[in-house]
Amino acid sequence: MSGHSHVDGQLPHEPEKATLEGRNKVLGFWLFLGGETVLFGTLFSAFLALRHQVLDGPTEQELFSLPLVAAATLLLLTSSLTSVFAIQAMHNNQVKAMINWLIITVLLGLGFLGLEIYEFYHYVHEGHGFTTSAFSSSFYTLVGFHGAHVAFGILWISLLIAQVFKKGLNVVTAPKIYVAGMYWHFIDVVWVFIFTVVYLMGKVG
Amino acid sequence: MAHAHAVKRYTGLLDWLTTVDHKKIGILYLFAGFFFFIIGGLEAVLIRIQLWEPMNDFVSAETFNQLLTMHGTTMIFLAAMPMIFALMNAVIPLQIGARDVAFPFVNALGFWTFFFGAVLLNVSWFAGGAPDAGWTSYVPLASPVYSSTHGVDYYVIGLQIAGLGTLIGGINFLVTIINMRAPGMSFMRMPMFTWAAFITSALILFAFPALTVGLVALMFDRLFEANFFDVSQGGNAVLWEHIFWIFGHPEVYILILPAFGIISEVISTFSRKRLFGYSSMVFATVLIGFLGFMVWAHHMFTTGLGPIANALFSIATMLIAVPTGIKIFNWLFTMWGGSIKFTTANLFAVGFVPTFVMGGVTGVMLAAAPADFQYHDSYFVVAHFHYVIVGGLVLGLFSGLFYWWPKMFGRVLNETLGKLFFWLFYIGFHLTFFIQHFLGLMGMPRRVWRYLDGMGFNEMNLISSVGAMLMGLGTIVFIINMIVTGLKPRNASNDPWEDGRTLEWTIPSPPPEYNFAQTPLVRGYDAFWKEKMEGKNAMTPAEPLGPIHMPSPSILPFLMSLGLFIAGFGFMYHNYYIGIGGLVITFGCMFFRSVIDDHGFHIEPEELQDKGVKA
Amino acid sequence: MMNRWHVLKRLMPLLAGMVLLLSACGRADLSTLKPQGPVAEEQFGLMKLTILIMVIVVVIVFAIAVYVIIRFRRRPGDKSIPVQVEGNHKLEIIWTVIPIILLVILGVPTIQSVFGLAKDYTKDPDAIQVKVTAHQYWWEFEYPNLGVKTAQELLIPDDAVISIEAKTADVLHSFWVPSLAGKIDTNPAGNANTMFFEAPKKGVYLGKCAELCGPSHSLMDFKVKVVDRASFERWITAQKAPVALPQDQELADLLTNQCLSCHAIGDKGAQAYPNLTGIGSRESVGGILVNTEDKKYDNEGTTEENLIKWIKDPQAVKPGNLMPTVELSDQQIEAIAKYLAGLKLDY
Repeated sequence: MSGHSHVDGQLPHEPEKATLEGRNKVLGFWLFLGGETVLFGTLFSAFLALRHQVLDGPTEQELFSLPLVAAATLLLLTSSLTSVFAIQAMHNNQVKAMINWLIITVLLGLGFLGLEIYEFYHYVHEGHGFTTSAFSSSFYTLVGFHGAHVAFGILWISLLIAQVFKKGLNVVTAPKIYVAGMYWHFIDVVWVFIFTVVYLMGKVG
Repeated sequence: MAHAHAVKRYTGLLDWLTTVDHKKIGILYLFAGFFFFIIGGLEAVLIRIQLWEPMNDFVSAETFNQLLTMHGTTMIFLAAMPMIFALMNAVIPLQIGARDVAFPFVNALGFWTFFFGAVLLNVSWFAGGAPDAGWTSYVPLASPVYSSTHGVDYYVIGLQIAGLGTLIGGINFLVTIINMRAPGMSFMRMPMFTWAAFITSALILFAFPALTVGLVALMFDRLFEANFFDVSQGGNAVLWEHIFWIFGHPEVYILILPAFGIISEVISTFSRKRLFGYSSMVFATVLIGFLGFMVWAHHMFTTGLGPIANALFSIATMLIAVPTGIKIFNWLFTMWGGSIKFTTANLFAVGFVPTFVMGGVTGVMLAAAPADFQYHDSYFVVAHFHYVIVGGLVLGLFSGLFYWWPKMFGRVLNETLGKLFFWLFYIGFHLTFFIQHFLGLMGMPRRVWRYLDGMGFNEMNLISSVGAMLMGLGTIVFIINMIVTGLKPRNASNDPWEDGRTLEWTIPSPPPEYNFAQTPLVRGYDAFWKEKMEGKNAMTPAEPLGPIHMPSPSILPFLMSLGLFIAGFGFMYHNYYIGIGGLVITFGCMFFRSVIDDHGFHIEPEELQDKGVKA
Repeated sequence: MMNRWHVLKRLMPLLAGMVLLLSACGRADLSTLKPQGPVAEEQFGLMKLTILIMVIVVVIVFAIAVYVIIRFRRRPGDKSIPVQVEGNHKLEIIWTVIPIILLVILGVPTIQSVFGLAKDYTKDPDAIQVKVTAHQYWWEFEYPNLGVKTAQELLIPDDAVISIEAKTADVLHSFWVPSLAGKIDTNPAGNANTMFFEAPKKGVYLGKCAELCGPSHSLMDFKVKVVDRASFERWITAQKAPVALPQDQELADLLTNQCLSCHAIGDKGAQAYPNLTGIGSRESVGGILVNTEDKKYDNEGTTEENLIKWIKDPQAVKPGNLMPTVELSDQQIEAIAKYLAGLKLDY
């Protein structure tokens, strides 16, 4: 059942799928992302149902500043690209390049998170707190859930970088990195929807 | 990784806390689930004592609402779901010829999160009152304004933790069934129970996250003053109903599909006949699972969604009758022309068919929205869903337990006691619930603490209460049966029913921890039966004897769940040090799980004698 | 095919018997099986149709099941192997198509009825408009066009469509009058619901709350009283007429201070809690204590007895309700009860 390591120490082209454990992990993670889709879908539905219930708080038009959000979007989209480069490097067995791309991904993620924290801080000062209205609660829950996913992803990928440093790239670490890459793309896709549904639709009205 | 690793093997209690063996996890699920089944049953008996005469004051109104809430919540989330997982764990890997599930560690984690969520939920009884807003926890009744005790907090947090366990359990079985089938075990050769478990797991995957979001939103409302459902702050009460039922209706099929699977196996085995219309059975199961997501608003006909929504959801709901009908007739025609042996398992299965039909037809009646304006939230609904869940799922579960008990424990349950149990439970069930259809039609709403004298409800309620006592008596007989059987020697053969058709009957009862010394080669549907008919009594192996890789036991799943349990209490009582401390335990365990490689261990060919797992 | 019809013909008396049995069930003022108005009748019609179809299905399945169980049970020592049948396309098509036909038979009237019962009468000048507001644990009925507000008892004429607009002041409840109409949930404001019904027969009908709303959910009953048009109009006038406080100044002060701070009588008092105008001619106190001279059950008594019981300890009658236990002597309670019981409306 366990993986067969190549005698010459050479990893197969797709090391994440070299073992049954690896294949299970990748498939299981795809399914997990299916469940996550439902999770975010429900959060989006709740947000859409409540987004006009602003009460005395600031409206979406008053609140959102598109340049800031666009910058955050740019950071996150770029980080998705760099995570692709990391997986490509892994497939070419270029461990060092992979680690570098992963570090860049984490840094971009940190940048995104920093902008988001700044944004939230700014909103609270404008009277848009978590408990202000149904709109504000659903906004912070939806965007905050995404932010928490980004934060978890940053910690996770950092941990994986440390592991690869220590253990090298093999059929055990490769699926982990591949799966983390999938996760990172997923939160990127969710962000695209948040950008459209929350920010663009909010600005347009 | 062919190097040998010395692995610490535990015994006694630690063995159970650290096990990652699906067979042992199945046993854990079974006993935990059965324990909560008893708790939920006692709650039901108290409810029926309260209602046995008009204007009774056996329990207070507050206690009654706690009882009905906890009865529903316990039976669905803490009794039915784990007992389904018990059978899935015990049987699915064996049926598909696998040595293990895809994620043994996650499997254990699923059990322990369920267990700690369940314990947390029940601690509420001793901490100022259980949740009392119904198992559906409709807001505003469940909102902080109208429910000021911690009861509903226990509900939202306990179910989040338990629901997490269910979700990862579902993913585990999906991957197991997709990736771990033995050579030759194509999808259209899989036993019906495996198919049912597959679809059920898919439903779990797509339904439970919706519940999680609902619970999180309600938790934010209750603990952190969010405004999702607070109407005065712009929240929306109907939103909760939608979220709850988008999860809640698929949940009904999550519960019933495994029962369909069990019944298919049992009826086919004890009729000595191939399942009639296997492909249409598979098709019907998939269709039911699909339609299960399209009909949630039939729980909300009186919510005021308007005629268009009501009409659409009426029709969609009625459509489910078609695949369900296909199944019923397929079972009947499996028996037709067969040689039917009435073991206890088969009594439950055969008893299931007409009972479930009655639950199904009242379902179609409820689907007609204008008529539902009368049925809704009356005792008619109570009768309907008990016919489906008790008359469907629970009969199916007991059938499955009697059927697979020897495979799980190596001992055949006592048949005389089993048949006594069946008749007490079956007659008690119909006495309890048949009459409730009429109570509802005569104007008795559900979830009532009392009814006035002179309404014409007295006799029927008394009959219903007597029936509940019979069901309780039957359950006691079953407990005695478990004990009596447990004292007997462990001597069940590989194929104790002699008519076994599927792979689990080709290996010892109970199976060794690696299940199959050699992975079997599957040559058709009803793989073992096919070999038997060709005069063989074993499967053809698909591989030579060799070392078998096994995962190491781990205490981390237990600790991770314990961390969530502690965190739940911390957040509930606004003690954030404890709350964060609990989360640190959980995430710390995740950290160790990621960092420390689990190399597992190997069982060498010379060790491969049939040494079964301890039960 | 002929054969099947013969079987059905033989089943007909059985089914007719079932329907008779069903319609003999329950009290005429409470049972869905004894409809007293066109809406409940339409719903009952649909129920009968579904029950008929479903009884046919159940009988067929039971017949096959019983036959199979008896005919194909294993004899002791039987080692034979039955023929392993894979399936039968003809049969499978039959039991797919027949249910679809049955569902069409059921679906068409269902849809007709869904849209029929959703008809909006809220703008109809001939309909009696009623705003129903549910509270923990009582019912408020307002006639916006007639300027009248009352509680616990919905009084309506027998010759008009009653158009209901239902909402709640607190948690979800459900407005259910089984013998006249179905039910509709009372959602918080913003999601108010409408329904309509007619009650051509004079009499008193029982109403229930059908959504779990707290400890006293089961005690949240109300009445629908159907009278002729002239009585209805007299009742409206009487509701609006000023009501005299008791002659006894001490009692009048007591009432003003203790009762009218929450309740209204005629033109006096506050509107937030159940209106007490004409409480002496209602069928019940607190919705659940039945007023009668001929006491048979625990919850019954004369209006005065019931009022005393209620005022003395409201929590004992309806746990969790908002009526406080007021510090009053027995004599004071009796005097108030006597006065309230005498508040009868002439209609």
